[in-house]
Amino acid sequence: MKNKALELRLSEEEYSRILKILGREPNWTELGIFSVMWSEHCSYKSSLVHLKKFPKKSDRSLTEMGKENAGVLRLKDNWAVAFKIESHNHPSAIEPFQGAATGVGGILRDIFCMGAYPIASLDSLRFGELSNPVNKHLFDGVVRGIAAYGNCFGVPTVAGEVSFDDSYAGNPLVNVVAVGIVRTDRMISARASGVGNAVVYIGAATGRDGIHGASFASGELTEKSSEDRPSVQIGDPFMEKLLLEATQEIAREHLAVGMQDMGAAGLTSSSAEMAAKGDVGVSLDLDKVPTREENMTPYEIMLSESQERMLLVSTPENLPKIEKILDKWGLHYAVIGEVISEPVLKLLWHGEVAAEIPINSLQAGDGAPVYDMPQRKPEYIEELQKRDARKEILEKIASSPGEANPQKILPELLMTPTIASKRWVWRQYDHQVGVRTVIVPGGADAAVMRIMETGQFLAISTDCNGAYCHLDPHSGSASAVLEAARNVAAVGAKPIGITDCLNFGNPQKPEVMWQFSRSCEGISDACSSLKIPVTGGNVSFYNESPKGAVFPTPVIGIVGIIEDERHITPMGFQNAGDDILILGKIDISDLGGSHLQKLLFGKYFGKPPEPKVEEQTQTIEFLLEQIYASRIESAHDISEGGIAVALAECLFAKSQFGANVKVPDDENPVLWMFAESQGVFIISAHPENADKIIAEATEKNVSCEKIGKVTETGMLKIGNFQWNVEKLKEEYESAIPKMMNN
Amino acid sequence: MNAGVVIFPGSNCDRDTYWALSHTGLNVSYLWHEDSELGDVDFVILPGGFSYGDYLRTGAFARFSPVMRAVSDFAGKGGIVLGICNGFQILQEAGLLPGAMLPNKSLRFICDWTYISIENRNSPFTSNIRDGNVLKIPIAHFEGNFFCDDENLERIESNGQVVFRYSDESGDVILSRNPNGSLNNIAGISNERGNVLGMMPHPERASEEILGSDDGKRIFKSVAEWLTGNS
Repeated sequence: MKNKALELRLSEEEYSRILKILGREPNWTELGIFSVMWSEHCSYKSSLVHLKKFPKKSDRSLTEMGKENAGVLRLKDNWAVAFKIESHNHPSAIEPFQGAATGVGGILRDIFCMGAYPIASLDSLRFGELSNPVNKHLFDGVVRGIAAYGNCFGVPTVAGEVSFDDSYAGNPLVNVVAVGIVRTDRMISARASGVGNAVVYIGAATGRDGIHGASFASGELTEKSSEDRPSVQIGDPFMEKLLLEATQEIAREHLAVGMQDMGAAGLTSSSAEMAAKGDVGVSLDLDKVPTREENMTPYEIMLSESQERMLLVSTPENLPKIEKILDKWGLHYAVIGEVISEPVLKLLWHGEVAAEIPINSLQAGDGAPVYDMPQRKPEYIEELQKRDARKEILEKIASSPGEANPQKILPELLMTPTIASKRWVWRQYDHQVGVRTVIVPGGADAAVMRIMETGQFLAISTDCNGAYCHLDPHSGSASAVLEAARNVAAVGAKPIGITDCLNFGNPQKPEVMWQFSRSCEGISDACSSLKIPVTGGNVSFYNESPKGAVFPTPVIGIVGIIEDERHITPMGFQNAGDDILILGKIDISDLGGSHLQKLLFGKYFGKPPEPKVEEQTQTIEFLLEQIYASRIESAHDISEGGIAVALAECLFAKSQFGANVKVPDDENPVLWMFAESQGVFIISAHPENADKIIAEATEKNVSCEKIGKVTETGMLKIGNFQWNVEKLKEEYESAIPKMMNN
Repeated sequence: MNAGVVIFPGSNCDRDTYWALSHTGLNVSYLWHEDSELGDVDFVILPGGFSYGDYLRTGAFARFSPVMRAVSDFAGKGGIVLGICNGFQILQEAGLLPGAMLPNKSLRFICDWTYISIENRNSPFTSNIRDGNVLKIPIAHFEGNFFCDDENLERIESNGQVVFRYSDESGDVILSRNPNGSLNNIAGISNERGNVLGMMPHPERASEEILGSDDGKRIFKSVAEWLTGNS
């Protein structure tokens, strides 16, 4: 059995621990259950000590990180927002369409099993460079998979990010955020309780698909990973939609004691986690589990990751009412067990006990192992940080003025797939179903959804710059949180909480753990400064291909509130004659990890831009005050590609306009135009309001200055350089379609 | 005026359509796919979505549902029926409207704003749209490429059954504004009698300024006024 344990990616030490817990050798089924529940994916065994550092609560919190299926924050009256992010990286690497589709399905179930109605989905995607046909294939398949699932289910896919870097070649990142709204009195808990209550299995029958998916996600991808294709599940969005509608009715009538999605580790994790959270046990009769294949063993039934399945606990009195709802929606279900007082997971099969495991031994952070894994600062960081990005760029400009010419650089950056328009992507997503989408993808820095139920609006965004995190995981991760906050602030929303998807390499490598731990600290610092909690999320380790680990990529999903429709702020310039201002400071040293650097050198080095956490928080607050005072016509966050790219983007909405911007006298124009300083917005305002903004900024010690005017020329003019806006837009819009050949 | 929005398993624009119709001032209720009677409704809407998962073929299962028999009877008596997107496909499958939908020419799902020109002003769905000839309404579909044989196409055209065509902002019907490859830029057609309309664009998504357009509402209003005038 011990050798089998090792094959299932359990360590020798973990196997001894199992012997001690059971007081005997585990049988095959029990071993399988331990292996998935103690996998990194389910147990968070290497990450938990670091995740504890996060600020977890705010006045709005209705759940605590890790305690329920998703984070829930109060909005107004008795309405709340439920949201969470999850990764489906490995399945998408092997089978992009189904991998991404089932990623969408999984995260939607996490929020709707709580009683929430999904109102938006966002995708944060990373691939290797599009010059490689394999990456094109992955990109195309993932987008089609997300579209196929989300469009059929009927959730609008409204925002996200797509970036390309060879760090992700062989191990793409597919992270999905689901956002839903829920009435606080209709929330369904993930706890089992009430001895004698029925455990009801709902949805698709169990097949042999996805067995050991959680363990598969907890190992590195190798050349042989395509042999793991059977570990990838197949999605059925139609079934999922029926599950949603039935769950809504169950929630409305308060019929469920508890409910959970059968996600990673399927029936095992849903039953064990629900029982553990409720301090009870659960007994399941596996002969009653609906199966779609013959002769499935208890091991296979418990470890299957067939999609579109939920587990529900009901009192005997409510059971007939629940059955009636499930019948109405044509869903299959079966009562497969009951809640028991003895705190064990007990499985019966053909009248015999097939497994019996103390429930707390399966619970993350409780009986499951927790490790404080060794850390070591990677050598590459010292090496790269020693280099002076600004100095090397200046040398490059001096030695090859033709190549390092802004006239050429701006259009090239706008055609870089990471920066270029993602219209090709979001046009394939139904982003309007639900009649809530007020700002559509590409329309501003964040999507804006209306909440008719409360009269409010939600702004949502996902962000992370992997290159910054590669150069300095601490400051890069803080920057990811702050960029997300800037994006929602730019549309007029006050950030209220984040969910994070921490994509890293193999945690057994001390260098990866060092990155991970620094990243968690960076997220904590930024969230503490912004006074927002981490409401939940996901850790995805083992993102490695034969070429090594991906850039540390802590993707931040953020939610912000807009209380008044009049505060919704566009990104594009609105009127010729308006003043253009920069709020925040551009520092021409902020070039490490920049797109200018990648363009000129093909790689990243130096130090990434400083997050300046407290200063940024103040800038964000100031921007919101000015928006609330109705002084601002448009706002856009400066990020990848610096102020030149941001100015061009401000003009694309109404390309008949132009802009006339001066470069500060003492600054080198190339560095100033493309530095990626954090915490800077481009805003536009009527001249009289601009003066008021500047006066107030001076008073509050916030950096804000006029840099130019919106014109009617259709030309973007920065210092001595100028471009035709229509032409830039054409280049920006056509870059990805050209690469994808349509 | 009472409007009924049919819910099939897999419909996903039912709530949106309900919302838009109520905001147009109609009394709206839901009809369930298993209902064999429509009750007291003057206007039936088959909303968008993926009825029965659209497995086999879009709209192929929905036409066999009990409610569709009732909808056919209702249409046969001159009742006003609107099929939006998947609803249009169901009406085709049920034989209430001609033609079929092929996958979009790009072989990709398309969600985007379109402009449609009003081609027939005698329809209950358009006769009360008084100002302007062009509506801004978004599409969202994978199979919206209208197709039929030449003979049928000629009949549809000569009968004036084409109610909407994809156009530019000023109403010019040009190929470059045909998003999906539909024959003759067809975006919406009616039956011969004119009381049944299918359209691929989603008027319920364009029923309020805050969503980018309220042109869709004008279609619902037109029906409401037509019904008032004929009651």
